[in-house]
Amino acid sequence: MSEAGELYLSINDSTPMYGQIVEQVTAKILAGDWLPGQAIPSIRQLASASRVSVITVKRAYLELERAGIIVTRPGKGSFVAESLDLPRQLALKDFQAALRAMLEAAERLRMSPASILNEIEKEMLSRKAAGVTAHDRGQNDD
Amino acid sequence: MTGDKTMTNAIALSGLRKDYGSFVLQDIDLELPAGQVMGLVGVNGAGKSTIFRILMGLVQPDAGQVQVCGYRLPQFQVEAKRQTGYASEDMRLYKGKWLRWHMDLVRAAFPGWDEPYAMQLLKRFDLKQDQPLGRFSHGQRVKALLLLSLARHPRLLLLDEPTTGLDPVARGEVLQAIAEVLRDEERSVLFSSHNTRDVEQLSDTIAFLHQGRLVAMKDKETFLDSWRRILCHGEWRDSIADLPEIASVRRNGSVIELRAREFHEGLLARLNQLGMRISSVDRMDLEEIFVTSIAAGGRQ
Repeated sequence: MSEAGELYLSINDSTPMYGQIVEQVTAKILAGDWLPGQAIPSIRQLASASRVSVITVKRAYLELERAGIIVTRPGKGSFVAESLDLPRQLALKDFQAALRAMLEAAERLRMSPASILNEIEKEMLSRKAAGVTAHDRGQNDD
Repeated sequence: MTGDKTMTNAIALSGLRKDYGSFVLQDIDLELPAGQVMGLVGVNGAGKSTIFRILMGLVQPDAGQVQVCGYRLPQFQVEAKRQTGYASEDMRLYKGKWLRWHMDLVRAAFPGWDEPYAMQLLKRFDLKQDQPLGRFSHGQRVKALLLLSLARHPRLLLLDEPTTGLDPVARGEVLQAIAEVLRDEERSVLFSSHNTRDVEQLSDTIAFLHQGRLVAMKDKETFLDSWRRILCHGEWRDSIADLPEIASVRRNGSVIELRAREFHEGLLARLNQLGMRISSVDRMDLEEIFVTSIAAGGRQ
C-alpha cells in the first residue's frame, strides 16, 4: 500500500533530498498523475508520508513555486500550476542547466570561447550527418 | 496560568548550566518552536542525556531557565509532564509486569491515551502485550517505551536515542512512527541519535553538542547547504589553509581534499587564483559535517 503523496526518497542518492522531491513532483505532474490546477499534498502530509523533515519539503515546494510548476495560496494549500506550457518550461530549464554544466566543464579545460563554439558546431554537424536532429524527427518545437 | 508568550516554543532553554565536576554542561541556549523536529547530535558524553533529564525535571540545573510547552520548571513540572512523552534507556519499567499492565497504567494516568493507535503500534513494533518486560530484548524494550509515549499523543516527544541498538527493520518502524507525528503542526519532537542519518532524515533543526556546549544550531537545509568537499590538484600553499572557509585539509602529493564551511562560488575562484585546479565539488552528509566541525574545534 502506498500512502497518498508518498515519494520515494533515498539519502544515498547523490541528489539532495529536496532535489529528489522537486524531481519526483515534477515527474508526477509531467506524467499527469497530478493535473494542472489540482491540489497537491500539503507540506506536512508529504513530509510525513515520505518520512522526511518538514523543512526539506518546504524548500522543495519553494523551488517548485519559483520554477512556476506549483502555486501556493495562503490558507488553501499548494496546487499544480494552470500553465499549459509546463513541459516546454521544464525542458528549457533542463537545457539551461546542461548549458551551464557544459560551460563549467569548458572553464575547467580552459577552453577559449572560440573553441567552445567550434566544438558545438562540430557536434551539431555530426548529429546532422547521423540524422538525429530534432528537425528531422519532425518534432513540434513551436 | 503559567504560559506566557513562549507558548509557541515547545522547549526554551536559556543560560543552562549543570556542573558535575568531571563534566560541565554550559551556555545552553536552545529553542524548539512548536511543530518542529530537532535532532541533537553528539558523541557519548557530550551532554545529550543530561539535557533530556533536565527537560523532564529529573535533574536540576545549577543555573539557567527551562520551559517545556510554555511551563517553567521546576515550578510547573506536573503540567509540563502531562504534555510530554519521554523515552530513554534510563526509564524504569517493571520487569515482572507484562506490557499490557504498563499500557493500562499509562492509560489510567493520561486521558489522551489512544487505544486503537496503541494496538496499531503493538502490531507494527511486533510486541506482545502479555510478555513480562523482564524478558524483552533491548530493542523490544526501546519499542515498548516508544509505544507507551506515542499512544498518549503528547505535544512534545523527548526521545533519547530512540533508534540505537535496533535492527534495521525496527529502526524503520520507529522512524515511520516519528514521521507520523509530523502530520500535526502542534506537536514537536526533540530526539538524539548516534546515527546522524536518522537525524538528517527527519530533523528541521540540527543541534551539535560537544563537550557540554552547543557548537552549532541551524536549520538543516541551511546547514547541509553551507558545507562542501572540494577535491583539487595543484601545488600546495599554506595560504589555502588560512582561508576562513576551510575547515579541514588533507593532501597527498598534488591531490588535495578541502572541506569548506559557509561555502560560496567565490571560494572556487579564490582557489583557482591560488593555483588549484578543482576536480569536484560535493555536498557533505551530516556525519561528515559533524566529524569535520568537531575536528576543527567546533568552530562554525
